[in-house]
Amino acid sequence: MTATVTTGPRAADVWRQFAGVGWRERIDVRDFIQANYTRYDGDASFLTGPTDRTRAVWEKVSSLFPEERRRGIHDVDATTPSTITSHAPGWIDRDRELIVGLQTDAPLKRAIMPNGGLRMVENSLKAYGYEAGPFVTEVFGTYRKTHNDGVFDAYTPTMRAARKAGIITGLPDAYGRGRIIGDYRRVALYGTDRLSEAKRAERAQLDARPSTACVIRDREELAEQIRALSELTRMAATYGCDVSRPAVTAHEAVQWLYLGYLAAVKEQNGAAMSLGRTSTFLDVYLQRDLEEGVLDETRAQELIDDFVIKLRIVRFLRTPEYDALFSGDPTWVTESIGGIGVDGRPLVTRTSFRFLQTLYNLGPAPEPNLTVLWSPGLSAGFKEFCAQVSIDTSAVQYESDELMRPRTGDDTAIACCVSAMAVGKQMQFFGARVNLAKALLYAVNGGRDEMTGEQITPEMPPLTGEYLDYDELSAAYDRVLDWLAQTYVDALNVIHYMHDKYAYERIEMALHDYPVHRFMACGIAGLSVAVDSLSAVKHARVKVFRDATGLAVDYGTEGEFPAYGNNDDRADRLAVDLVETFMTKVRRHPTYREAEHTQSVLTITSNVVYGKHTGNTPDGRRAGQPFAPGANPMNGRDRHGVAASALSVAKLPYEQARDGISLTTTITPEGLGHVPGERAGNLCGILDAYMSAGGFHMNVNVLDRAVLEDAMEHPERHPELTIRVSGYAVNFVRLTHEQQLDVISRTFHGSP
Amino acid sequence: MKGVVHGTITGRIHSWDLSTGVDGPGTRFVLFVSGCPLRCLYCANPDTWHMRDGWATTVDETIEEIDKYRAFLTTAGGGVTLTGGEPLLQPAFTGAVLRRCKEAGLHTALDTSGFLGARATDELLATTDLLLLDIKSFDATTYRKLTGGGLAPTLDFATRLDRLGKRMWIRYVLVPGWTDGPVAVDGLAEFLAGLSSVERIDILPFHKLGAAKYDALGVPFPLRDTPVPDVALVDRVRRQFREHGLVAH
Repeated sequence: MTATVTTGPRAADVWRQFAGVGWRERIDVRDFIQANYTRYDGDASFLTGPTDRTRAVWEKVSSLFPEERRRGIHDVDATTPSTITSHAPGWIDRDRELIVGLQTDAPLKRAIMPNGGLRMVENSLKAYGYEAGPFVTEVFGTYRKTHNDGVFDAYTPTMRAARKAGIITGLPDAYGRGRIIGDYRRVALYGTDRLSEAKRAERAQLDARPSTACVIRDREELAEQIRALSELTRMAATYGCDVSRPAVTAHEAVQWLYLGYLAAVKEQNGAAMSLGRTSTFLDVYLQRDLEEGVLDETRAQELIDDFVIKLRIVRFLRTPEYDALFSGDPTWVTESIGGIGVDGRPLVTRTSFRFLQTLYNLGPAPEPNLTVLWSPGLSAGFKEFCAQVSIDTSAVQYESDELMRPRTGDDTAIACCVSAMAVGKQMQFFGARVNLAKALLYAVNGGRDEMTGEQITPEMPPLTGEYLDYDELSAAYDRVLDWLAQTYVDALNVIHYMHDKYAYERIEMALHDYPVHRFMACGIAGLSVAVDSLSAVKHARVKVFRDATGLAVDYGTEGEFPAYGNNDDRADRLAVDLVETFMTKVRRHPTYREAEHTQSVLTITSNVVYGKHTGNTPDGRRAGQPFAPGANPMNGRDRHGVAASALSVAKLPYEQARDGISLTTTITPEGLGHVPGERAGNLCGILDAYMSAGGFHMNVNVLDRAVLEDAMEHPERHPELTIRVSGYAVNFVRLTHEQQLDVISRTFHGSP
Repeated sequence: MKGVVHGTITGRIHSWDLSTGVDGPGTRFVLFVSGCPLRCLYCANPDTWHMRDGWATTVDETIEEIDKYRAFLTTAGGGVTLTGGEPLLQPAFTGAVLRRCKEAGLHTALDTSGFLGARATDELLATTDLLLLDIKSFDATTYRKLTGGGLAPTLDFATRLDRLGKRMWIRYVLVPGWTDGPVAVDGLAEFLAGLSSVERIDILPFHKLGAAKYDALGVPFPLRDTPVPDVALVDRVRRQFREHGLVAH
């Protein structure tokens, strides 16, 4: 730590030269940004490369990665349950680091967070050859109940059966739900004293209210939030930073913001620990310091590079089961960049470019999960740079600012992969997903599982014909989906009740307004398999093969049928109907804390696990074969190129899938154009056209299959190879063998 | 009533696809028209040689499919490309599709060997924004051995296009031992440098991705053992074009 000012500045200095009034009077970061940011419409030519200092720090920590990859984890503190203040400060390279703070006292040393569940901590430790300390097992085994314990106390037999059969899976009942984005910018702009004061005022509003269960819970939560802010202040002080007051310089602003985020990842092992939308906020500070001559472009880039180094080494201890669901050790430190304000001004600043530039300065990497909020109305200079970064690194995802801005405003950030949240005002209860392909098989089998033969749903009449009849199947599917939606929402209510009770996200919620708007984020998987199966039954003939117990175990398709992913309404309409139908059914069931129902069409990497647990399907997919990820057409069935594939996905209605619709696209370099210099422009054209057609999200990989095959053979040659999988990016060489094969078997859109 | 008249015109097509940056500018709807009078030894699409192997369609049906992509193609800075096969083997169908696309405001491109250039009416060319002209070789003997046809019609067509001021991108498939002779390349470059409406030369390195199609058709792939060009060769040929002041990729 070399430059952080620790002496108290005069009040007038803190916000010097900043414009605007509203944000001074209330906690309102968006208002501050709007009043102060300097839009940048130029190109990438101003950017600078890495300094020797940046290289040295990055090399020091990244040299630990190969060993970490080999062993699974680098190190773990198995004796100290992690809290905001549990660990002494740590450094990578104390003399050189600009932005400081680690989750534990050493880089890459993971922490344990047993509030979520003791058994998970024990299993994770065991997987890597460690054992929990006696204090941990005694406290969490004897005195302190965990989230996981609570959930299983309240699950019903039906929920357990549905979970075990894998028709509902990936539920955050054995890991932190995550997906809550604290508005970490508030720490920099206001300091924790002012934030605590605002929280006390919010709590005081509740004093006059009768002490009902809801009010008591809210009072207790606000008290916890205030406590967490003071712990953040203490933790920051161990790094020599006084975050009780606002940041005075750009350096401090980056540091304060990061310390807020660090507090969150010290206390919560959430599935996705997203950062928010910080680049344009930070640009206000960087721009002020640049104008005052306090720093130059090289230093500005260094601060962002150093910040990003910290974000790249966020680590959590996770179970092997978790890793099978979400492969490659992802943390979803999602940073949302770009977009346009409601007043029509693009929110792109030089720091939007600087964040993307880290993929060159530090090399490609999956984290932070850089997400561009795309609009055809963004400047050509920014769009071309984004596209070029995608072509060079395959590390960027794109989401439609045009779809989000009217709904969640112009201070929206992405939680995890595709979930839009108004920063500091909205949060979600992450709900993983249900398996729609398996549900279709349940419809055929009267609710018996096609893999085990067990009755999972209440008994329903199975379909008995030699061939499947579309109308009969539709009616049976509807009954299964009714049961599924009810069981699913019920299970989520249990999970989130217990998560709030035993593993409440104190610091993240301290960085939200009170009251917060909650979403119940449901999700669906196996869309393309279910749709193509329905299409096969509707447009071809599907014969059923049953075993001795009458269980349908295989299907024979006679004739051709249109497949989802070819811009053919005969199939695409079925997909739209299925998304709308399931959302309607989900909305019928009351949610915990009156959360607003949403759903995503997203699988992350669980498409592999879902496929493994699903039998033969009428579309010709074999048992165990992975599903396509997210809303993707089934691998290899989208035969007419990226535009046709994308237009099919763009038909899915965002209004009925407000938690996001994920499309992962892989294009070969030649598939973007014969002339390399024209490829970025061509990719911009595809993104503009897709989003103009109503498309929500696109992961863009620009890769040749041969590169991936070589990386499977020779991982040591491709340590940095990054690939977008489904709403996030991973180091290809960190994927499981099965996941690697899945990625390679996906459609590569080449030149014909 | 133009649409009705066009609607009665039928054609035989192999397939359609969407591609980006390889068949003209931007993302394009690429219509593969069936049938070709040439039999280029390196042909990557032997399944488009015979009209009888294509499926019959009408102009209306074709336009209906293209129309699904109109907004996408326009926003993506692309358009429609007719290729094949040889689209000028079915000039009435090709002309009608181009005209309807043009009327719909789409950018139009025609990918042709020029061997049947005489069949392209001035009206057809008037509705074509860009010609992708494949010149297989500048040496008449090589051209005949390589394609089974004569070179002269292609050069005549190029001259006519230049006279009409039609924008042209020249495609040159570089095959080691066949089209890499420095003298022939220089000759072609000199010829093209004299045509003011030639905008660029795309050098397309020979590849063998079509080999599986030959196997499927049970037809021998004549250049199975021919090597693909290395980077140095592509650079040398590109340089030759550039030395004549041409834009070559």
